[in-house]
Amino acid sequence: MYSEKVMDHFMNPRNVGEIENADGIGEVGNMKCGDIMRIYLKVSDQEVIEDIKFRTFGCGAAIATSSAITEMVKGKTLAEAWEISNKQVAEELGGLPESKMHCSNLAADALKRAIEDYRSRKAQQEA
Amino acid sequence: MQKVYLDNAATTRMHDEVLAAMQPYLTNVYGNPSSIHSFGREARKAVEEAREKTAAALGGEPREIIFTSGATEANNVAIRGVARALQQKGRHIITTAVEHHAVLDACKALEAEGFKVTVLPVDAYGMVSPRDVADAITDETILVSVMLANNEVGTVMPVAEIGKICRERGVVFHTDAVQAIGVLPVNVDDLQVDLLSLSAHKFHGPKGVGALYVRKGTKLKVFSFGGAQERKLRPGTENVAGIVGLGKAIELAVTDMEAKVSRIKAMRDKLMTGLLSIPHTRLNGHPEKRLPGYVNISFQYVEGESMILSLDLKGIAVSSGSACTSGSLDPSHVLMAMGLDHQTAHGSLRLTLSAYNTEEEIDYVLSVMPEIVARLRAMSPVYPGKD
Ligand SMILES: Cc1ncc(COP(=O)(O)O)c(C=O)c1O
Ligand code: FES
Repeated sequence: MYSEKVMDHFMNPRNVGEIENADGIGEVGNMKCGDIMRIYLKVSDQEVIEDIKFRTFGCGAAIATSSAITEMVKGKTLAEAWEISNKQVAEELGGLPESKMHCSNLAADALKRAIEDYRSRKAQQEA
Repeated sequence: MQKVYLDNAATTRMHDEVLAAMQPYLTNVYGNPSSIHSFGREARKAVEEAREKTAAALGGEPREIIFTSGATEANNVAIRGVARALQQKGRHIITTAVEHHAVLDACKALEAEGFKVTVLPVDAYGMVSPRDVADAITDETILVSVMLANNEVGTVMPVAEIGKICRERGVVFHTDAVQAIGVLPVNVDDLQVDLLSLSAHKFHGPKGVGALYVRKGTKLKVFSFGGAQERKLRPGTENVAGIVGLGKAIELAVTDMEAKVSRIKAMRDKLMTGLLSIPHTRLNGHPEKRLPGYVNISFQYVEGESMILSLDLKGIAVSSGSACTSGSLDPSHVLMAMGLDHQTAHGSLRLTLSAYNTEEEIDYVLSVMPEIVARLRAMSPVYPGKD
């Protein structure tokens, strides 16, 4: 049912864990099935994602998409990361079963929340 | 890699003797049982022998057995058949929240047609109360359908008690006995049932064949039309080889049942104790009134599908009531009816044994499980920390 790439990310997830003193944290609950994903960001002054970690409570696809998205955006600017769509994540994984497409939304949304969190913290600091 | 099959609630391996019994009817004995020539008569004889074996295993009479394509069809023929036959008398049906979808959805379809359906709740163990059944029966009630044993948590229902109540109140009583054949005594008189469904592949028979026991005098209205086979309740040329397989399988299933069951129970208890020794776990279903091969456990802070995948990579086959495995993204209706919260249902794992399992297999599962759970928990944002 899952591609080899999905299974690889599921069994050997990249960037699992937390970042202490993260610059941005994003958490989403999957409204559809009740799963949870959290993303931590470390962002440089040039708004480049220096480090990213995740924790996910969910199915194989949710874990694999979390892992894949962290790999895709590490080293990218926040502006570039913001543009990543769930479709791109699914493509990166060699496709996902139709019933699992919503799990890739989870990853893209958590990333966006983390970026928003970073921006709102920054706005507060500057205010 | 070692392969361990612990999903016997989904389906079972066919017994070698069942295959041997079926083989002639897939090749040289190919007559149509409805034909009057020797080819037909030979096939007819085999079908009737299977009917006798099935009736003997259930304590009924051969003419009370209708062969179907499985329990799904048997449940539909029973429920829709009674509803249609007795709608002049009343239009109220009683069932439980933890039935198989073949029962629940058949009832739902009747509800859409104007029948009134009472879906009784269950307790935290998945057990329905006979009192609730008694209280729900009205003058309008024409049918009660309560499963003998639940196919997710294995809880064994007080069917005999409910049967007694239904008989006293003059209400037709149906039970889905799919998961009980070969592991619990199933006698239609002891259980006081009028209708009983079963499916051969759940007790080491072939897939796509089942049976409905219909007590003499129980009125069913036909809703599928064609030939006169199976008293017109299931028209169409019989699945001769399948029916022969069912007959052989049920005969084997009830032979030496106690010895088989005690072996399965011993393995089950070892598996259960071992898994429950992993922290943050809980048993789902009734602690005692449970099918001998059933272990349904929730592992907190992990999701079922990710456990299934991890176990599958180790060659171990199990299932889960997690929303992520359901296709519909709803958690198991059984676990929800038992009052589990979503997260606990999410982490549920069902491991179901058969006589084909071995103690070595159980040891193997117990040797890999702690690591799998620990790995997934370490990834989980809801896990509070070290054990
Ligand atoms: C309790 C119960 N009823 C009915 C069925 C349906 O059986 P079948 O798919 O063989 O028709 C099953 C099998 O999943 C079951 O466990
Ligand atoms: S997280 Fe539930 S289906 Fe993917």
